[in-house]
Amino acid sequence: MTEEIIIAGFGGQGVLSMGQILCYSAVMEDKEVSWMPSYGPEMRGGTANCIVIISDEKISSPILTKFDTVIVLNQPSLDKFENAVKPGGLLIYESSAIINPPTRTDIEILPIDAANEAVKLKNTKIMNMIVLGAFLKKKPIISFESAMKGLKKVLPERYHNLIPLNQEALEKGMELAEKPVAV
Amino acid sequence: MKKELKLMKGNEALAEAVILAGCDAYFGYPITPQSEVLEYLSLEATKRTGMVVLQAESEVASINMVYGAAGTGKRVMTSSSSPGISLMQEGISYIACAQLPCLIVNVQRGGPGLGTIQPGQADYFQTVKGGGHGDYKLLTLAPSTVQEMVDFVDTAFQLAFKYRTPVMILADGALGQMMEKVQLPDQKERTKEIPAWATVGKTKDRERNIITSLSLDPHVMENVNLQLQEKYRTIEKNEVRYEMTDCEDADYILVAFGLVARICQKAAHLAREKGIKVGVFRPITLYPFPYEALNKLADNVKGFLDVEMNAGQMVEDVKLAVLGKKPVEFHGRMGGVIPSPEEILHKLEEKLVGELV
Repeated sequence: MTEEIIIAGFGGQGVLSMGQILCYSAVMEDKEVSWMPSYGPEMRGGTANCIVIISDEKISSPILTKFDTVIVLNQPSLDKFENAVKPGGLLIYESSAIINPPTRTDIEILPIDAANEAVKLKNTKIMNMIVLGAFLKKKPIISFESAMKGLKKVLPERYHNLIPLNQEALEKGMELAEKPVAV
Repeated sequence: MKKELKLMKGNEALAEAVILAGCDAYFGYPITPQSEVLEYLSLEATKRTGMVVLQAESEVASINMVYGAAGTGKRVMTSSSSPGISLMQEGISYIACAQLPCLIVNVQRGGPGLGTIQPGQADYFQTVKGGGHGDYKLLTLAPSTVQEMVDFVDTAFQLAFKYRTPVMILADGALGQMMEKVQLPDQKERTKEIPAWATVGKTKDRERNIITSLSLDPHVMENVNLQLQEKYRTIEKNEVRYEMTDCEDADYILVAFGLVARICQKAAHLAREKGIKVGVFRPITLYPFPYEALNKLADNVKGFLDVEMNAGQMVEDVKLAVLGKKPVEFHGRMGGVIPSPEEILHKLEEKLVGELV
């Protein structure tokens, strides 16, 4: 098993931590991982992304241009990375901020209305966890238990009171992935 | 019991390895993309091992603090990124001439000038051909994984003390910023042993030790040079390191160091899916360079493509190694751009496979 993923959005939406949670979770299952962030001025207010590779085998290049899964949280990232999905791959996007939805027909497309669901859960910051839940439902490359362990590693201890809420968000995302809302 | 695997950023993993290696002192000045080294050491090192961590007023000050501290026989180091390393070149030349051990880490960014904070490999010439003045060499290790960012720290200190010479770890910004799984070594005690050459105060039973890079008498200075050259010949004989991936049956060889070698491994994999037999040759020590191994490899292959994040630097050494036996082509990206596996495969097909069929 090798899963090559890119997660992209605005700085502050939690794209880098989504990638880190995935990686920590995979480490819990003794898998090989690589997390490569975009770093630099583009992180301040602009778009941020990270390339995550999870594999049973040794990982060669941490830099890729084609991905099994592309997860995008804003329009500029969707525009930039729609064509980076491998044919037959998966594109997950947070739908509330998308004006021009993706048009490709050779890939699976999954819109997730995570921002509005996060409002319902009364914390807009967990939008990224809802999207992550949707990904884990579609591609169960790591178990839910490992994902929760990974979350505990990434979340600073002072925020550990928010773990139940994050768990709820992950579960919500998994539920949404089963019956995606029409755009 | 198996030690816990940690997920760490390259810079942080390197800093942790510095503490675990029993390093005595770090002197440095922050610069992107390696500031996490100083940050991590400032938070962790002193309270754990009593190691000195000092933010100097500049890179020039850092390297001269390293020079002074190295003279006491302690395990000392500095780190920076390209423009900061340029400022250190005079000090590195002095340290090499005074025959002192130390570790210098360069987490390269794109240049020239202030350039960019994105990764680059354009400091190859500066590192291995002598960035400072005079006939000296810098033993250089080029890591390609976060694990090697850890492993090479202790190796570097051991080599530095074995040969009484400065050793460089030449990484790049992407390696510094990316996260991978690492296995950390056990904590080494900071050694209390003082080498015989160290300047720690003269006792009555011995001659005084002098550490200097200055000898006005030309014959004395020539002898210093001859001694250095003899040492470099020994290093060239004993310390060459490289890694070959799928080279046994390969028709074409991709040559690259550091992170780019891993991108080449992916490109080689893509090539093999298309039926082109490609292997990857990765020099681990850039000085001493693995001339012999590459030269031997040239007998069994059709050609080489050297890939670097610069305008073509190591490729000169690859050509010196191959000695015209087979074509050596080059592909490079500059200014912080990282080549992709597909792009490398395309260049290989365009420059070598298509030409030689």
